[in-house]
Amino acid sequence: MSHHIVEVKDLEYSYPDRTPALRGVSFRIEHGEAVGLVGANGAGKSTLLLHLNGCLFPERGTVRIGDYPVTRQTLPQIRRSVGTVFQDPNDQLFMPTVEEDVAFGPINLQLPPEEVEQRVVRSLESTNSLHLRQRPPYRLSGGEKRSVAIAAVLAMSPDILVMDEPTSGLDPRARRRLMDLLAGFTHTKIIASHDLDMILSLCPRTIVLHQGTIAADGPTAAVLADQDLLLRSGLELPLRVQGCPICGRSCGGHPRP
Amino acid sequence: MTRIEAGIGDLDTLDRLAAQDSPIHRLDPRAKVIATALFLLTVVSFSKYDIAGLTPLFLYPAVLLTVGLVPVRVLLRYLLIACPFALLVGVFNPLLDREIVVRWGGLGISGGWLSFGSIVLRFLLTASAVLLLLACTGYVAVCAALGRLGAPHLLTMQFLMLYRFIFILTDEGSRMVRAHGLRSFGAGRTTIRVWGSLAGHLLLRAYDRGLRVHAAMLARGFDGTPRTLRVSRWSLTDTAFVLGCGLFLALVRFGDPVDRLGSWCVGVFR
Amino acid sequence: MHMADALVSPSVGATMWAASMGLAAYSARRIEPEVAERKVPLMGVMGAFVFAAQMINFTIPVTGSSGHLGGGLILAILLGPHAGFLVMFSILAVQALFFADGGLLALGCNVFNLGFWPCFVIYPLLFKPLVGRQPSRSRILAGSMLGGVLCLQLGAFGVVLETLTSGISELPFGTFVLLMQPIHLAIGIVEGAVTAALVSFVWQARPEVIDLAAGERTGSMPSLKPVLVTLGIVAALTGGVLSWFASAHPDGLEWSMFRTSGSEELAAPADGVHASLAGIQERTAILPDYDFAAAEDAQATPAEEGAAWPAVRAGTSLSGIVGGSLVLLLAGLIGMSLRLLQRSRQPATP
Repeated sequence: MSHHIVEVKDLEYSYPDRTPALRGVSFRIEHGEAVGLVGANGAGKSTLLLHLNGCLFPERGTVRIGDYPVTRQTLPQIRRSVGTVFQDPNDQLFMPTVEEDVAFGPINLQLPPEEVEQRVVRSLESTNSLHLRQRPPYRLSGGEKRSVAIAAVLAMSPDILVMDEPTSGLDPRARRRLMDLLAGFTHTKIIASHDLDMILSLCPRTIVLHQGTIAADGPTAAVLADQDLLLRSGLELPLRVQGCPICGRSCGGHPRP
Repeated sequence: MTRIEAGIGDLDTLDRLAAQDSPIHRLDPRAKVIATALFLLTVVSFSKYDIAGLTPLFLYPAVLLTVGLVPVRVLLRYLLIACPFALLVGVFNPLLDREIVVRWGGLGISGGWLSFGSIVLRFLLTASAVLLLLACTGYVAVCAALGRLGAPHLLTMQFLMLYRFIFILTDEGSRMVRAHGLRSFGAGRTTIRVWGSLAGHLLLRAYDRGLRVHAAMLARGFDGTPRTLRVSRWSLTDTAFVLGCGLFLALVRFGDPVDRLGSWCVGVFR
Repeated sequence: MHMADALVSPSVGATMWAASMGLAAYSARRIEPEVAERKVPLMGVMGAFVFAAQMINFTIPVTGSSGHLGGGLILAILLGPHAGFLVMFSILAVQALFFADGGLLALGCNVFNLGFWPCFVIYPLLFKPLVGRQPSRSRILAGSMLGGVLCLQLGAFGVVLETLTSGISELPFGTFVLLMQPIHLAIGIVEGAVTAALVSFVWQARPEVIDLAAGERTGSMPSLKPVLVTLGIVAALTGGVLSWFASAHPDGLEWSMFRTSGSEELAAPADGVHASLAGIQERTAILPDYDFAAAEDAQATPAEEGAAWPAVRAGTSLSGIVGGSLVLLLAGLIGMSLRLLQRSRQPATP
């Protein structure tokens, strides 16, 4: 299934004020993989994600989603196959009710009304938020907003899910619930986050970005146990890998993938 | 500040009311928009000195209020917020038009007082009708109805987006005002310079949010053509409602029910 | 200052609605999908920003009172005239609906007064040529101040004209103008200062925001022709109504006095097919219930004026008062019984 592949080659990009954001990034993600994208603030994570759905175009290098390179001409196909969940759900839920927001994507795909309805119900069900259907987004809790934002993306039936900080601002229980939800998805997943413990549980593979370049790319268990690498990249060991705060002994030196 | 915050609170209350279920709520939003428009036109079409002729029109808000499950207190609050505004110009009438037009017993009533009274009644009727439309339909549905009645799609889209972001930005705004208040210790006046910087920051934040929302919309296939969900269906009940309202309004406007009832009563008691 | 429903006559309300809707449709058409794709989200947040900015009060020097942002000019500057107009429309609609500023029928008037002038006149004809492609602090200040003052002056004059044409208020033209214009000079100066403060802040902090907004300079400059056509139609409509009045009754106060005489319909017995037909015809006239024929007669023979005078509407006669109170009572009773009916049904259908 070649069209669930994400391939980035020698990607370079600078901000409008000419600060370089990405300096030659290359990787390839296969169908069904779940990949964590970690790095300090300003390492280029969000900029990279914006290239994956064609909100930004590479200055140099290429981004391919399945059979298509990301260009202005292929945008409709790209946006249909890549679903992006943004960091602040308030930016993503822009319609006045949950139902309309989830329907926004399918309506833009110009699906017939019955199909739109089906997709709304199905995607809200899969994120356990069908009961929120008629509610306005501003009256939802943080966790509910996040679930609805994901439902809105799922309603596009994407092949690839791209998520920016899905667990930020959630209380521990909402975070756990979200992680269980994400673990149940079979899509190709790319998750950018500072929540290294979440990456550890959800993603078998991790890419570390540092100042616009890839500092490491490999199995999460190995990458997130490499203290030197993490410190160099402005990160630290996931709590689960750190020693026990009371006895000081390392209890999770070899985390479950 | 309090006015906007009160207003935002009211948005919330109205949304909750609109989420209820009643025969009025179940009507097609277009039917309610049309009925409201007819009602408003009828109210303002009465002569400026007319007071009694307007009274039967109170039946409309009274019925909508009760059948539509809208608490009287909400309506009164809304009218209270709005009234100073509506009465501002009307209050000159008694001063300018002092000609006595009616003598009733020993009491002389000037044309100015009559027209002032009429303005008050008009205000009560029109404001109630608008509030009841919102409370029984909901802002979003009203916008959708306007769209289906022919308003430009970009405009209805703007109505919806504005409504969504008012909550987020007024929240940001009040946090900013609070932060500024905490550091100015109530001493510093907000001069225009300080205001410019406060509001400017707010504007830039809003702008950046706009860019992020833009990205989120693009990611979900937005191409500049606003499309919205269309759910409501026009049924026989809606036609009946609009016709009923139209009939009632026509009767009140052209049938002179007050005069007839009044003369009949006076006749009976004589 | 907003127009209010209670002060607007149906003809003025409808005319201004038509004008505003026409301009909205024109603006919506002028924003092409490629531009809309980028502008729609910005329009949403900028509209909301105006509300949020209204929460931040500031002290007006000298007077010590507080003021806040109105918004038309800043929206035109940041979003361009067409998008700015649509955003102003939406802001005023929300204010009319939720804050009861104005009202639905007067919305057309308000959109025209507060949206048309800044977006289609002041911005393209004054602010843009003055501030131009190389903005500077002083140019921004001058453009915003002058623009703010003029917007408010024109808007206030619009309110005066609309109120007088509606004829519900008694204020004579001269008094009303003398009342409105100076007040709005003060408000306009504040609006100008506030706009200048905002624009120069944004211009210094993030010049690209203003550049981007002005980015469609060539594309989104309103072509004046359709705007002028719309304006012409409105002018013809209002002007027609106005001159109709003006010819018959030269002075504002006089018009309203004539209007009181418009109650021949009641003096004449209400029976007979002809009479009732005449009544219907009269009531469905553009400005109902004002008996122009009677007014003209009165003008021809001023002495008769007094005779026609006291016969105001039935609302003031005994039967009118009795009938009115009864109807109100009835409306209340119907409402209450409906509520009782609902309550009694409630347990059955929980």
